Amino acid sequence: MALPSRTIEELRAPAERMRAVAEIAARHSADVDREGRFPREAIDALKAERLMAVMIPKRFGGEGLSLLEVAELCTILGQACGSTAMVYAMHQIKASSLVSHGGESPWHAGFMREMVAEQYLLASATTEGGIGGDLRNSLCAVEVKDGRFTLEKDATVISYGLYADAILVTCRRAPDAQSSDQSMVVVKQGDYSLAKTTGWDTLGMRGTCSEGFRLVSSGDAAQIFPQPFSEIAAQSMLSASHILWGAVWFGIAADAVARAQAYVRAAARKQPGSVPPGALRLAEVVAMLQDMKASVVAGVVRYEAALKSPDELSSIGFAVEMNNLKVTTSQRGAQIVTHAMLITGLSGSKNDTPFSVGRHLRDITSAAIMISNDRILSNTSNLLLVSRFDTSLVN
Amino acid sequence: MKDRIRKLIADRKVIAVDVNSLSDSADLYEAGLSSFASIQFMLALEDAFDVEFPERMLTRKTFASIEAIDRSLSELLTERV
Repeated sequence: MALPSRTIEELRAPAERMRAVAEIAARHSADVDREGRFPREAIDALKAERLMAVMIPKRFGGEGLSLLEVAELCTILGQACGSTAMVYAMHQIKASSLVSHGGESPWHAGFMREMVAEQYLLASATTEGGIGGDLRNSLCAVEVKDGRFTLEKDATVISYGLYADAILVTCRRAPDAQSSDQSMVVVKQGDYSLAKTTGWDTLGMRGTCSEGFRLVSSGDAAQIFPQPFSEIAAQSMLSASHILWGAVWFGIAADAVARAQAYVRAAARKQPGSVPPGALRLAEVVAMLQDMKASVVAGVVRYEAALKSPDELSSIGFAVEMNNLKVTTSQRGAQIVTHAMLITGLSGSKNDTPFSVGRHLRDITSAAIMISNDRILSNTSNLLLVSRFDTSLVN
Repeated sequence: MKDRIRKLIADRKVIAVDVNSLSDSADLYEAGLSSFASIQFMLALEDAFDVEFPERMLTRKTFASIEAIDRSLSELLTERV
């Protein structure tokens, strides 16, 4: 698809552009959900609105948006279609790794310029057969010979793998490296082949098409990130994931609450003078939504403060807070949408009313299991053997 | 003190490789130190040296090598005197 080339000055504000995309995403959300298909129309619209590379620094041609600004974009899209917003968030998490760790490497800097020009969609291959979702361990290893690499991975999940323009793949640093001694490699279309191994017929988030593949790739050794993956994971990926996922889930929850509120208001109009039965629950759910919003915002503020110091970013206290952000927002989101379902009743359960929240409910149930909350809590419980929670209110 | 640290690494099987094959400045994470093992190792150090690592020392850097651990422990033990 040929993209119109525009300078930054000619572009409208990112949020305004995202609202235009959200309209398109909302139009197709039911079909994407029903068919479990890739949200092609909305992703094309994201590319046409030049929203893919917004986080790339200005010196590489991007708009240099902060994680907070990108989180807001995820929330806008999340209110329209959970699957599309999750694809966008996962892409931006990969972009954040390039922004944080690719600037000093000529190959990765060049790739960022290309991302801006071509509005690439980036996917991620961390999950592996025999390892599962433990992204800090790999079985496969990258092999470098004469300046070229080869890498094969039994990737049990590569979300939207078939539709991506490039994939960021984790692996062991070398064939003789320990499983936790990992690298990350950028493979571009043309560098790799994918043979599908598993499908994606799920309860929710059906449009992310997170199928499994056997990935076979080769390319220039310069495509390997210079930093160890452990550093990338700790300093950009963990926080970007939990913040942007939280932003998407907040969007889904917020739209479910908006539908519940519309339902209660419609009931109130029909019977003036009486407060409808769902009104009390609505008050309750709006308080929960506000609480969820506060969690996400506090998470971003904490991240942006920590950005000023690499030590802080790789501190245990920070990891605990980011873990908690994920667990809290995923649980809160599910509670909120369940409440919205109680308020909207049958109208919410049906898929064809203005108050339908079935898709929201199914989408949000994925929150607790995409990197299982149990895995995160057990990681946090280990960290809390040495780290103390910061009990100051403002720090 | 570095010898005691080395002995702890070996006794507690903190990493899969032989600790004697590593220099004082070798990266322990590269030698296979996992996030889980690093915490368990911190607890072992706290117990062995009767110290408590303050929050500011709880970063990857503090436990990245035998040298770095030695430095942090020395700092804590000096403060105590």
